[in-house]
Amino acid sequence: MTLDSPAVKPVGDGGDPVGATTSPAGARPSLRRRRPSPWRRRLSRWDTRLSPYLYISPFFVLFLLVGMFPLGYTAWVSVHQWGLLSGQGDFIGLDNYARVIEDRYFWNALRNTVSIFVLSSVPQVVIALVLAALLDTQLRGRTLWRMSVLIPFVVAPAAVALIFGNVFGDRYGLVNEGLQAIGLDPIRWHVDTLASHVAIASMVNWRWTGYNALIFLAAMQAVPRELYESACLDGAGRVRQFLSITLPMIRPTLLFVIITSTIGGLQIFAEPRLFDTQGLGGSDRQYQTLTMYLWELGWRVRDLGMASAVAWLLFLIIIVFALVNLVVSRRVGALGGRR
Amino acid sequence: MHTPNTRRARLVTGALMALTLTMTAAACGGDSEGASEDGKIKLTVATFNEFGYEELIEEYNAMQDEVVVEQKKAGTANEHQDNLYTKLAAGSGLSDIEAIEVDWLAALMEESDAFVDLSDPEVEGRWLDWKTEAATTEDGALIGYGTDIGPEGICYRADLFEKAGMPTDREEVAKLFTSWDDYFQAGRDFVKKVPDVAWYDASGATAQAMINQVEYSFEDQDNTVIAADNPEVKEVFDTVTSLADEGLSTRLVQWSEDWTATFQNDGFATMACPGWMLGVIEGNAEGVEGWDIANAFPGGAGLWGGSYLTVPVQGEHPEEAQALAEWLTAPEQQIKAFEAKGTFPSQNDALADPVLLESTNAFFNDAPTGQILAERAEAIEFIPHKGPKFADINTAFQQAIQRVDEGKESADEAWQSFLADVERLG
Repeated sequence: MTLDSPAVKPVGDGGDPVGATTSPAGARPSLRRRRPSPWRRRLSRWDTRLSPYLYISPFFVLFLLVGMFPLGYTAWVSVHQWGLLSGQGDFIGLDNYARVIEDRYFWNALRNTVSIFVLSSVPQVVIALVLAALLDTQLRGRTLWRMSVLIPFVVAPAAVALIFGNVFGDRYGLVNEGLQAIGLDPIRWHVDTLASHVAIASMVNWRWTGYNALIFLAAMQAVPRELYESACLDGAGRVRQFLSITLPMIRPTLLFVIITSTIGGLQIFAEPRLFDTQGLGGSDRQYQTLTMYLWELGWRVRDLGMASAVAWLLFLIIIVFALVNLVVSRRVGALGGRR
Repeated sequence: MHTPNTRRARLVTGALMALTLTMTAAACGGDSEGASEDGKIKLTVATFNEFGYEELIEEYNAMQDEVVVEQKKAGTANEHQDNLYTKLAAGSGLSDIEAIEVDWLAALMEESDAFVDLSDPEVEGRWLDWKTEAATTEDGALIGYGTDIGPEGICYRADLFEKAGMPTDREEVAKLFTSWDDYFQAGRDFVKKVPDVAWYDASGATAQAMINQVEYSFEDQDNTVIAADNPEVKEVFDTVTSLADEGLSTRLVQWSEDWTATFQNDGFATMACPGWMLGVIEGNAEGVEGWDIANAFPGGAGLWGGSYLTVPVQGEHPEEAQALAEWLTAPEQQIKAFEAKGTFPSQNDALADPVLLESTNAFFNDAPTGQILAERAEAIEFIPHKGPKFADINTAFQQAIQRVDEGKESADEAWQSFLADVERLG
């Protein structure tokens, strides 16, 4: 709410730039009177004050319709008995939440989600940073390299899941055949909990690392080159330059990527869902994530009330994680800057 | 200066204005669905996998002037089911005709108000009795017209049987498969001779076949859940889990990548085989020689899958849709669908049709598959009761067996956690 700030006000008093756009071009010279009528002045002032809101309103209106409304409606559903087919039932307060929290599969799904999230987001951001730093150098055929890191992102998640499903097959998969060829034991990718998480995380990483690398690259290119030159003169090596200049300078982008990958990582669905033909995340639900758990409740058990409660709990969990990440990465960034 | 309050009021006014504009624009975008340009009524038919309707729909469009039919095909049954449930819940968006799988029938029967009562003297006696009974509510409303059914035989690898010194001729083999005990004993003999190859494709599939022969397995007549106390269920569980230890099972999950790959790797020798499975085997085992099908099923007869066509009440043209559904499920049309995609008919007249009875399958050593499956269908005396919770409990049951197969839990632990799952499903 800085519309009263001096930076904006002179424009409004002049009445020119904004006012001109709303009146016919031919009428413009006649408007140049010494003293505009009070009515006109008021109109022009309103124009200046209101138009910015009007211009940005489409986004917020759409957000209200497709963002806030479902959020509110989900909360409404979550305090009722609500069957997928039978529809709205009685108001039951927080019973759905209590039932979700008492369900051992909720905690199982939460554990899996966090584990897959950590296994995917952390290597993803680190590798993307390194990749971006490499792409930021004077490579031959730079555009080719930069574009090619985006290719995995273009492939549909379902296709990725199908390919990786075969690569990580327990008995006849590519990875296991490779392991056996060099005399190692095959890994049961679909059975063992940690192995399945690694397999799923690698699908996610394969898809998102290049995308994040490009965002980092864009930020790195905005870092003034003089800084590197003077650091060079001071005798700083490549690694030191990266840690003391690049990282602190791209901190806002780093925060953005960390927050978005937190949100994405905690909502992971397609990859684990397609890793299992039954759709419940393995025989022991060893890789059932929260979104898969939500889907199971809503579409298999057909209890939309409980599913909505899970959706809200997931929303709160994501907020907590995003805040924690924000604080931690700010700290880390600040330390890096001080060095 | 304006006070913050008036400013907020203006903000709200602006937002409201923009909202009104958006809404008006959206309202103008609506089009009149259900009528095509030349005034014909447009009907949509939503199916999944392969129903074999492509040419039939062309034929229907050509033979009359009132409606234009369009087919919407979903890749998998699950995808179709999710779409169906979501739009039933929303109250709009469904096609004029929606196909449903027999496993969802019980859950949908509870919402029978959402479907048009299709009962009609014209179609009485068209289908096998039990096929129609399953889709008839207590008040006598028929919510779906039967399309196909899945009578099961046993498919087997004659070449692997030969290796084990067993008979390979399909008449001789059929004698080995009269009861489950015989079938499992043959399996024990087989794995002794050929230890690298399992007897059947998946523990879950075998358990499913056995459960499908229990009239009241997980739920009783009143749909009370009895899975935990039903000795027949426990027996199936104990049998299947102990057989895996004897090496009869591949220990794989049906439809998983490894399961698909095992067709090319001589992974197993036999499997339960409904009509539509023949195409699946032929696809997965491409280039493998030796497949055949025996005219027998342990324990008498078994059914796996089969579908119906329903007309949701939310459609705009229920009468035209019903007429189309009636035409599509008539015996003559179902025979054409069988010729196109192998969907085995549920109509009495179609079951006696020479086209069906004389059909053979080259991949299965020229077996008279039409004749065999028709006989397997006739052997069916009842269909098992599947209440609204059947699918959920069955999933938990299958997962428990899988946990034992994978060595994640002992048989006792898996049974206990299955009981906990049943409890959770309420």
